[in-house]
Amino acid sequence: MNSLLEAFSSAWHLIAGFDAELAQIVGLSLQVSLTAVVIATLIGLPLGAVIAVERFAGRQALIVLLNALMGLPPVVVGLLVYLLLSRAGPLGSLGILFTPQAMIIAQAVLITPIIAALSRQTIEDAWREYEEQLQSLGAKRLSAAMTLIWDTRFSLLTIVLAGFGRAAAEVGAVMIVGGNIDGVTRVMTTAIALETSKGDLPLALGLGIVLISLVILLNTLAAVTREIAMRRYG
Amino acid sequence: MLPLILDSLSFAAGDTAIIRDFSARIEAGPRSIILGPNGAGKSVLMRLCHGLLLPTSGRIIWHGTRNGERRRQAMVFQRPVMLRRSALGNVVYGLKLAGVSSRECVLRAMDVLEVVGLASHAGRPARVLSGGEQQRLALARAWALGPDVLFLDEPTANLDPSATQDIERIINAIHAAGTKIIMSTHNLGQARRLGDEILFLSKGRLMEHTPVDRFFREPASSEAAAFIKGEMPWD
Amino acid sequence: MGLVRGAVLALVLTGVLQIPTVTAQQKFITVASTTSTENSGLFKHILPIFKARTGIDVRVVAQGTGQALNTGKRGDADVVFVHDKVKELAMVKEGAFVNRHDVMYNDFVVVGPKADPAKVGATKDVVASLKKISAAKVPFASRGDKSGTHAAELRLWKAAGIDVAGGKGGWYRETGSGMGATLNTAAGMNAYALTDRGTWLSFKNKADLTISVEGDKRLFNQYGVMLVNPANHAHVKKELGQEFIDWLISADGQKVIADYKINGEQLFFPNAKR
Repeated sequence: MNSLLEAFSSAWHLIAGFDAELAQIVGLSLQVSLTAVVIATLIGLPLGAVIAVERFAGRQALIVLLNALMGLPPVVVGLLVYLLLSRAGPLGSLGILFTPQAMIIAQAVLITPIIAALSRQTIEDAWREYEEQLQSLGAKRLSAAMTLIWDTRFSLLTIVLAGFGRAAAEVGAVMIVGGNIDGVTRVMTTAIALETSKGDLPLALGLGIVLISLVILLNTLAAVTREIAMRRYG
Repeated sequence: MLPLILDSLSFAAGDTAIIRDFSARIEAGPRSIILGPNGAGKSVLMRLCHGLLLPTSGRIIWHGTRNGERRRQAMVFQRPVMLRRSALGNVVYGLKLAGVSSRECVLRAMDVLEVVGLASHAGRPARVLSGGEQQRLALARAWALGPDVLFLDEPTANLDPSATQDIERIINAIHAAGTKIIMSTHNLGQARRLGDEILFLSKGRLMEHTPVDRFFREPASSEAAAFIKGEMPWD
Repeated sequence: MGLVRGAVLALVLTGVLQIPTVTAQQKFITVASTTSTENSGLFKHILPIFKARTGIDVRVVAQGTGQALNTGKRGDADVVFVHDKVKELAMVKEGAFVNRHDVMYNDFVVVGPKADPAKVGATKDVVASLKKISAAKVPFASRGDKSGTHAAELRLWKAAGIDVAGGKGGWYRETGSGMGATLNTAAGMNAYALTDRGTWLSFKNKADLTISVEGDKRLFNQYGVMLVNPANHAHVKKELGQEFIDWLISADGQKVIADYKINGEQLFFPNAKR
């Protein structure tokens, strides 16, 4: 209980004190995870939509695979991306290991299956409802998929938020490909891991509270945006 | 596009036969009502004609072609599916798909909304409209495409009498403007009000294809006679 | 709606675009070192001074010793700074690294519960105390991660003639993690553990643990620094890397290392040969 109180006090002092180092770490965390979720959405959303409306050989197997990949352990993704980007690996000449770009790539790999699998389900459910009507109006499959993406946008927003949450919360991937370098690749989660390993548990927990508050704030913004849009479009 | 010729049409889902050996010739002009009890296969027949389902055997022949261009036909379903956008947006959607220019789209959309009495609701989200308003919107959306044939699958089955009246009035207006109406219903009163000819279906077979007056005066099949007698008088 | 989208876009673009330009302009090297060195706070003390002297940014990736050596071998770092002399020399022989220099040493200590259930007592003899711990079957937390500390620990058990395999899962607990995590575990289960003094002094979760054994010559922990062989990896920043190594073993660098204290106590003892 004592530690918990210390943690809240720690968190408060961090936020109120506008600690420069903390601000840099928070900024980097947001940059990395937001960029990763944008990339993952640009890839995963159309992928999910196409799989939802098209019929092709091996479709069921692909759906099973996508769903399974949602459970990819972050540390395994980190390891795979590390082996790719290492100087001794195939993409080593890019020299982006231990940089934020590597972290963005790792997180994008981690959450693309989540966005693809969940949007596939959402759009397929909508397709069942809309299929006849859209076909009757003359929409071809892929054009209908675009329409469904727009029509299910509120559910899809929740999926994107889930993807962001997963990215912002993980430590395994960014630790391996980023290296937790002070001032360069240290993000909230790796900072928490570091302070824990130094035994400074109240500080680690305090950082954790800051991280959770940030995610709550972002989700609140999304909810407000959704409310306003719902009222306009129904 | 017309006449529409259905040649020995059959449709089975798995082992169950839903449409059996259906042959008919539907001409341009009269309002055609597909009449029959629930489960007779009316909805499936409509979808076969509109191209949403493929027949198990038999042919659907539009005038001169094997399968008519879908855009020269339109369909209104029993339950209207509204896109998550404004009423105007819903009508514009179909027009955009047909390649109409943006400005043209809005003009034509407002015109049809005017006819169905929804012009004042143009900016409202389609999903907050009442059941009757949504079905009127569905009609507007279909008609805006300028189809030669308009299919309607039990369009007022879920509506109250006042909304049903509105819909029937609009259907007549569309018919007067030159579009062929092919509508399914199980409601005898509606068939009598709106129909010029009746195609009576029972268990997937075409029992009768006769002008409306003769159908109600002297139904040729026992199934039709039973159906007419069995319906409640105030339906 | 547009405002939110704009903000996200701005954040994302600055993230993706900014970093390459930042790295292109600054002189920097990547040093693979160990978590215990990082956790002791040494780098936070010496690196700003090095940067002030030379303008070179040192980016430390802190991993286990085994991982750090591997990172150097793969060419993902320019310099490696760890504490396992035997392995380091072997890898220089292999050709993965150019040369090796002693930099500093600290010592290991055995920590344990204040109540001292294994009755180790006040002794300097680490081998004798390990025999007592194993005889009493009192919990001992090991890193079990092939780190320099782990290697040193295993050498001590061997010197005591004890095969810890027999105690695995019983009194001998392998955490498979870094020094800090292992100490957290030891604190949590009131166990003995072997740790470097640097980590211990800066560790904030000591709970009921205290130093049980110190001062034995066998607890000596030597740190060495090596340059990754540019013959294997052309991109290695050999001049900048060598500058860092030269500074570490120079009189100036050695003094800076000696100056690092926690609560007035010196953590690392410079011993570079010039």
